[in-house]
Amino acid sequence: MTIEVAKHRELGLTDSEFELIVEKLGREPNDVELAMFSLLWSEHCAYKHSRKLLRRLPTEGERVVMGPGENAGAVDVGNGYAVAFKVESHNHPSAVEPFQGAATGVGGILRDVFALGARPIAILDSLRFGELDSVRSRHLLDGAVRGIGHYGNSIGVPTVGGEIYFEAPYEHNCLVNAMCVGLARTEDMVRAAAAGVGNAVLLMGASTGRDGIGGASVLASAELGEGDDAKRPTVQIGDPFEESKLLECCLELLERGLLVSLQDLGAAGLTSSAGEMASAGGVGIDLDVAKVPLREADMEPFEIMVSESQERMLGVVEPAKVAEAIAVCDKWQTGSAEIGVVTDTGQIRILRDGELVGEMPVEALVDGCPLYDLEPAEPEGWIYGNRRTLSEDASAEDTLLALLASPSVASKRWAFEQYDCLVGSRTVRRPEGADAAVLQLSEADNAIAVSIDGNGRRVACDPYAGTVEAVLECAQNLACAGADPLGLTNCLNFGNPEKPAPAWQLDRAVSGLADACEALGVPVVGGNVSLYNEGPEGPIYPTPVVGMVGELPDPAATCGGAFARVGDAIALLGPFEPTLPGSELAKLRGELDMGLPTPDIEAVAEACATVRDAVRAGKLSSVHDVSDGGLACALAECAIAGGHGCRVDLQPLRERGCSPEEALFGEGSGGFLVSGERAALDALGATYLGEAAGTTLEIAAGDRSFTVGLDAVESAWRSLGSQAEQSGA
Amino acid sequence: MRWGVLQFPGSCDERDALHACSLLGEARLVWHEDRDLAGIDAVVVPGGFSYGDYLRAGAIARFSPAMEAVAGFAAAGGPVLGICNGFQVLCEAGLLPGALLLNESMRFTCRQLDLIPADPGADGPKSADIARFSAHRPRLSIPAKHGEGRYWAPDDALDALEERGQVAYRYAPGQNPNGSARDIAGVRNEAGNVVGLMPHPEHAVDPLTGSTDGLRVFEAIAEARP
Amino acid sequence: MAAVRARVLIRPKEGILDPQGKAVEGALPALGFEGIGHVRVGRMVELEVEDPERLGELCEKLLANPLIEDYEIERLDGGG
Repeated sequence: MTIEVAKHRELGLTDSEFELIVEKLGREPNDVELAMFSLLWSEHCAYKHSRKLLRRLPTEGERVVMGPGENAGAVDVGNGYAVAFKVESHNHPSAVEPFQGAATGVGGILRDVFALGARPIAILDSLRFGELDSVRSRHLLDGAVRGIGHYGNSIGVPTVGGEIYFEAPYEHNCLVNAMCVGLARTEDMVRAAAAGVGNAVLLMGASTGRDGIGGASVLASAELGEGDDAKRPTVQIGDPFEESKLLECCLELLERGLLVSLQDLGAAGLTSSAGEMASAGGVGIDLDVAKVPLREADMEPFEIMVSESQERMLGVVEPAKVAEAIAVCDKWQTGSAEIGVVTDTGQIRILRDGELVGEMPVEALVDGCPLYDLEPAEPEGWIYGNRRTLSEDASAEDTLLALLASPSVASKRWAFEQYDCLVGSRTVRRPEGADAAVLQLSEADNAIAVSIDGNGRRVACDPYAGTVEAVLECAQNLACAGADPLGLTNCLNFGNPEKPAPAWQLDRAVSGLADACEALGVPVVGGNVSLYNEGPEGPIYPTPVVGMVGELPDPAATCGGAFARVGDAIALLGPFEPTLPGSELAKLRGELDMGLPTPDIEAVAEACATVRDAVRAGKLSSVHDVSDGGLACALAECAIAGGHGCRVDLQPLRERGCSPEEALFGEGSGGFLVSGERAALDALGATYLGEAAGTTLEIAAGDRSFTVGLDAVESAWRSLGSQAEQSGA
Repeated sequence: MRWGVLQFPGSCDERDALHACSLLGEARLVWHEDRDLAGIDAVVVPGGFSYGDYLRAGAIARFSPAMEAVAGFAAAGGPVLGICNGFQVLCEAGLLPGALLLNESMRFTCRQLDLIPADPGADGPKSADIARFSAHRPRLSIPAKHGEGRYWAPDDALDALEERGQVAYRYAPGQNPNGSARDIAGVRNEAGNVVGLMPHPEHAVDPLTGSTDGLRVFEAIAEARP
Repeated sequence: MAAVRARVLIRPKEGILDPQGKAVEGALPALGFEGIGHVRVGRMVELEVEDPERLGELCEKLLANPLIEDYEIERLDGGG
């Protein structure tokens, strides 16, 4: 008995969870069953610390085609087409082995999307690392960027956008969140629910090895600390070529009507995909592990059931169509094996050569895990460190250059040039060409804009306001492209929810997410939660990453962020009230502390509508939302992109009560920097600041006025590559 | 004009190439196991990662039945355009001289850049495309995206290529993204009917997504006859 | 006929720029490894072959690109 207790604890189950399993089975589980329960009852699969909170999120909307609970969410984009999308984390595997961790993160999210029958058309990613002056952070950055490129480029899905932040709390626990967007004919989309007693269960794709065994419960739920090296053998290896064949094969199977349902194999492998398929369909499934094609001969049944070997899918096929389905797999040189059958027993039964080695009620396995309430408590102050890298005495010019060179603000061209952003011929706006990526959908005769955002530092300052800001930033980015939001996906990256401070951050952030989505009328159609993101020094910044998809009627009627013409008026639009707390400048000065103003969601939504309509009507030469580093950085970015300087006076902001410093570098939601004809900007109610001119930035801001050459500004902003590739500690 | 676009397991840009070709005529995909090129006037070997590009880029695809057919098609004077991975396949198959090596930066690089249709050889223009490019459109804005695109051949072979007018495209000065010898972005065979280049003309056929300069590359190969 | 185990070592030809070799070489001094030069990074293929006489042809045709790569064949079963 003592040995048994140790075993379930080692697998991450508490004593009371183990007792509940015994009660539900009416006996003690054997090893196969215990392994399967431990994975499906892990945080990663059961969402046991977050599911109750997530009920706050609005999930309904008239454009929603598929909501939470499916492999990915989907929204209607018109003309009989739907766009499927989801963001998912691969944080812990990436912290152990960044190249393979990031690569398989991309592979996993692609499978989630094509499991719906949608062809993946875009990838975006949201990455967080420690400061770039650390060797470890540079290693993780380099590996993750290469891994994303390796997988996405090789499989022929463009990486069209993303963001990267560098903050010390991510030093030991980087974040790699990948988002995939897919396109499907709405009527051809397929759900994950298994159906039809007697139908065959077909395992397709790669053979099964020992990769990732213990991955979901060990890698996804334990805090990383000393001795990470010991976890290395469990890292999964990605094979984009295998997935490319599997993708084409699955889409052909669906097009030919050969599949009843389809599900990807992700965390917890066969256990979770078979369990979830059976649960969604209200049926049972019998699986014979002896029929699973193996890469290593002597695998135990429990290993086969929990293996996280990549590039595998599970399909349900009517018996009469099995031969035809296998022929399609052969055509694409993708493996296939009939490994089981759909039953009416309500049980998952695991057999080996016909001999029963495990039997569990589907309901207990998939939905039986207890859900926990959090015990949140607001921390008494700033629980993260502060490090001053910029003196308060620095001139305004030097401050601007320091902000632009700060890796979180600097151009990410070094990274995104390593990604194919073009394949598929849909990319109307490439990375950094606009605030959101724009993809044309000739099938639906319109276009979508996609953005991904989430500034963890500001969420740390105020989890509620910071999360509202993340949603608003996405909405603003879409507005800049002329798009109207259709739906949202999110990945909640937080620390240990069993500790009071991360629990409080999670609780407040989910409320902020719910309120912002509610107020904007944007449904949450899917998401992912990654908890226990901590290093030896404590939790990461609470990091809700928000991905938003919007539609625009005409891909030609979009807008970029470059000052396009000398003589264009430059103006500020929207309810922008910049402050310094939580800003990039506060970080560089080592002055971070709790507290952020709460944004006025309604006012920002109104400004978004104004900007969106102006973009669609072609009234703007450029538009860029004011974000990290404040208005001065936004001006610099528009000037660099267009190759034209500007002459502006920030006096109007000072009349709103801002200090010169706040006007230049303060941050907050709701600001759009626009350029165009003066009369057109005036008609929009924008506040005139100056005009595009010359080869310098000439910015009047009271006693902090300055002029700086565009060359100096550009070389600071383009410095990420040299910082990322520097050698030495 | 009827175009055939090869499709290998692991091809990525074949649909884009198909679309580009369809702007200039009829176009269909040719499955890698298919030897039948009947009715096809020009062949495109598209970009991507055929067979995962394991071993060496293009090394396995060259042995496919479709490539055997393409070799015969090219020998009979049929026009063949290899793009990126397709260029690598044509070099591996010996239909074009030289080899494509790992980028000097060791990184995959995706970038819009300017291509210059190369100067004619000592004997004067070899085909109509060179003459037209030199006359009308000195620079083409076309994206490149690859990790193994550094063109290499022995120095004497490079001299001979230049001498015979076989350098089809060069990167504009200062824009060589991979360390290619002599800024070479694309070459043609001696007869002039087989052309390979690393940049992607099929991603430059729509003003919305960048430029339309890529169409010139397709038009040129359509006219390339020995 | 019993299969023979063999190992094929493939490396970039002399004179061909090898950025991977250069990068490794460049990293060595910072790690305290002095006096190391001429680093070349290649790849190794292990295989079992029934007719070892055909190994050369296999290398020429597929495993190596003779234009840019040299190869060496090593028999592992003491077959010489």
